[in-house]
Amino acid sequence: MRALRIIVCIKQVPHPDEAKVDPETGLVIRDGVPMVLNPNDYFAIEESLRLKETGGGEGVAMTMGPPAAEAVLREAISLGVDDGVLLCHRSFAGADTLATAYALARGIECLGGYDLVLTGSRSTDGETGQVGPQIAEFLGIPHAAELIRPVEVEGDHLLAWHQTDYGQELLQMPLPALLTVAKGMNEPRLPSLRGKMRAKKQAITVWGPEEIKADPDRIGLAGSPTRMLETTLPARKTRSKMLEGSLAEQVAALLHELADMLPGKAGGRP
Amino acid sequence: MDYFLSEEQQMIKELAAQIAREKVRPAAAELDEREEFPREILKVLAQSDLFGVWIPEEYGGLGGGIFEQCLVVEELSKACGGVAVSYAASALGSVPILLFGNEEQKKKYLPLVASGEALAAFALTEAEAGSDAGGLRTTARLEGDVYILNGVKQWITNGGEADLYTVIALTDPSKGIRGASAFIVEKDAPGLSFGPKERKMGIRSSATTEVIFQDCPVPRENLLGRPGQGFLAAMATLDRTRPGIGAQAVGIGTGALEAALQFARERRQFGQPIASFQAIQHKLADMATRLEAARALVYAVARMIDAGQKDISMAAAMAKTFASDVAMEAAVEAVQIMGGYGYMRDYPVEKMMRDVKVTQIYEGTNEIQRNIIAQELIKRAAKGR
Repeated sequence: MRALRIIVCIKQVPHPDEAKVDPETGLVIRDGVPMVLNPNDYFAIEESLRLKETGGGEGVAMTMGPPAAEAVLREAISLGVDDGVLLCHRSFAGADTLATAYALARGIECLGGYDLVLTGSRSTDGETGQVGPQIAEFLGIPHAAELIRPVEVEGDHLLAWHQTDYGQELLQMPLPALLTVAKGMNEPRLPSLRGKMRAKKQAITVWGPEEIKADPDRIGLAGSPTRMLETTLPARKTRSKMLEGSLAEQVAALLHELADMLPGKAGGRP
Repeated sequence: MDYFLSEEQQMIKELAAQIAREKVRPAAAELDEREEFPREILKVLAQSDLFGVWIPEEYGGLGGGIFEQCLVVEELSKACGGVAVSYAASALGSVPILLFGNEEQKKKYLPLVASGEALAAFALTEAEAGSDAGGLRTTARLEGDVYILNGVKQWITNGGEADLYTVIALTDPSKGIRGASAFIVEKDAPGLSFGPKERKMGIRSSATTEVIFQDCPVPRENLLGRPGQGFLAAMATLDRTRPGIGAQAVGIGTGALEAALQFARERRQFGQPIASFQAIQHKLADMATRLEAARALVYAVARMIDAGQKDISMAAAMAKTFASDVAMEAAVEAVQIMGGYGYMRDYPVEKMMRDVKVTQIYEGTNEIQRNIIAQELIKRAAKGR
C-alpha cells in the first residue's frame, strides 16, 4: 500500500432521529433540531483512516455549509482526519447537488494534489446519492458508488468492490479516483481523547468562491438548475388481515398472501 | 449539579459516556449472562486514550489524575459495573508504580498501561489475608539477582487477563507485615499461573481468579520501592483508588435511578403512570439526593488527592463507604419501584443490584473503612486537631 492523500467530503445534517417533516410543506423542519455529521459519512471517514493506517498518507475532510458546519470537520479530525476545509460563503447558499458538487470539486482542485476522494453513499436529509459521482465528473476522474469492501491500492491504481443494482462488481481504476462508501461496510471507530483535544484547537481552513476560483454562475442558487416543484410525504398504506384456522392452515394462507404480493402479480408491486 | 469540570474533563466525561452508551450498554446483559471478559470494549477504551487519563504525560498519559479516572469509571458503571471494574483495576495495578516506581520502572511500564497495550492488576488479598493483611503468606526470597515468589493470591480482578501484576509478598516473613514488599510481575513469568474464573454474584463480565506463584522468578529490578515498603505501598495505593470504587457505586446507582425513573414514567397502574404516586416519587427523590451527595463527596476527595494532600485515608474511606452504601440502597429501591419487572433479567436493574453489592465489600470492606475513619477521628481528637 502506498501513502495516499485522501479527501473525504462530508455533510452536516439534521439529527435523523429528531428531524421531522412538516406535513403542510413537505420540508424537513430544521428549527431546534441538533445538527450532526451525516451518519453515512462515518463509513467514508473510517475507510480513509484505515487506508492511512495501512499505507500512511494524509486525510483532509471538506464540507460546504454555514459557519456552524465547522463542527462536522472537527468531528472528523477527532476521529483521526488531519485537516478540515470549510467552503462557506453566502453565495454558496441554496445549492442543489450540481452546484454543491461543482463547489466541492473546485475546492478539491485547490487543495494541491490528491489521490482519492471518498464520500458517504448519500446524506440522510437529501438522500439523492448524486453529489459523489457529480464531483468525480467535475474532476474528470473515475468513480464507483457503494464501496462494500476495503479498497486495495496497487501502484497507481486501486481495486474496489462495489454494489450495483444487479450484484457486486470488482473495478480496477487509475488514481486519482472517487468512491462513495456504502453504509455498514466497516465499523466506524469512536473518537479518541487526543483526537478530540486536537480537533478543538486545530485551525479550519475556510474558503469562499474566490479562494476556489469558482464561476459565480455555477454556485449557490444561481448555479442550481434543479427546481423543487412539490414535496409530498408518501401516503402510508398499511393493511392488516387476521388469518384463522390451525397453524398449518394459517401458514398456507400466509404463503398465498405473500405470493400474491410478488411483483407482477395482481395487487403486487409493479 | 455543576462540578465545574475543565474543558478537558468535560471531554473525558462525554467520551466515556459515548462509549458506555454505544458499546457497553448494548453488550452488558450478554456479557453478564455469559460471564465473558469485555476484551473488545477494553480495546475501544484503549483506542480512545481513556487508559491514559490517570497517567502523567511524560509516561505517555494525558496528565490527569484520580478525578479523571473517577469520571470515566462513573460513566462506564452507569452501563455495566463489570466493564467498569475491569478498567478501574488497571489503575489499581498501576498506581503503585506511579507512587513507588523508580524512573526506569515508570518509563518501562506506565506507557504500556496508558496506551491500553497492557492491562494491570493488583494482587494483595489471600485466603487468610482479607481484611487482616497480617495473614499474608506469599513469600519472595532473594536468590542472587532474582526474587523467587511462592504463594497464592485470591480474588484478583483482571486475573489471567492482565499483563502486569503488582504483587505484595513477604521478603522477610519474620517481620510480618513490615516485611512485605511490592513487585511488578509480568504475565509471562515462569511459575506464574491462574486459577479458574470465580463464579460471582455480580460484575460477572470481569475476571476474578487466583494468581498462583510457584517458584516464580522476578528480576530484582522489579521490586517497587525498598524491601519492607510493600504494605505501605498497598495502603497508599488503596487510599488513592477508593474514590474510584465510590465512583463505580455512584455510576451503578445512577444507572439504576435512570432506569427506575424511565420505568415509573411509562408504567401505568390504576389509570396513571406510577411516577404520579407519592410513594414512588419519594423513593426517586431520596435516591437522587443521596447519589448526588455521594458524587459530591467522591469528586471532592478525588480532587483533594490530585492536589497532593497528605492525610487522605479518612476522606478516601468516607467516599468509598458512603457512595457504596447509598448506591446499594438506590439499586434495591430501583428494583422495588419496577416491581416484578425489576426482578426480571429482561430489565437492567436486577444486574445493577447484584453488581453494586461488591462495592461495599472490595478494596476494603465498609466495616474496615469505618475502622479507618474512627481511628483517624480518635487520633486527631487525641492530638487536639
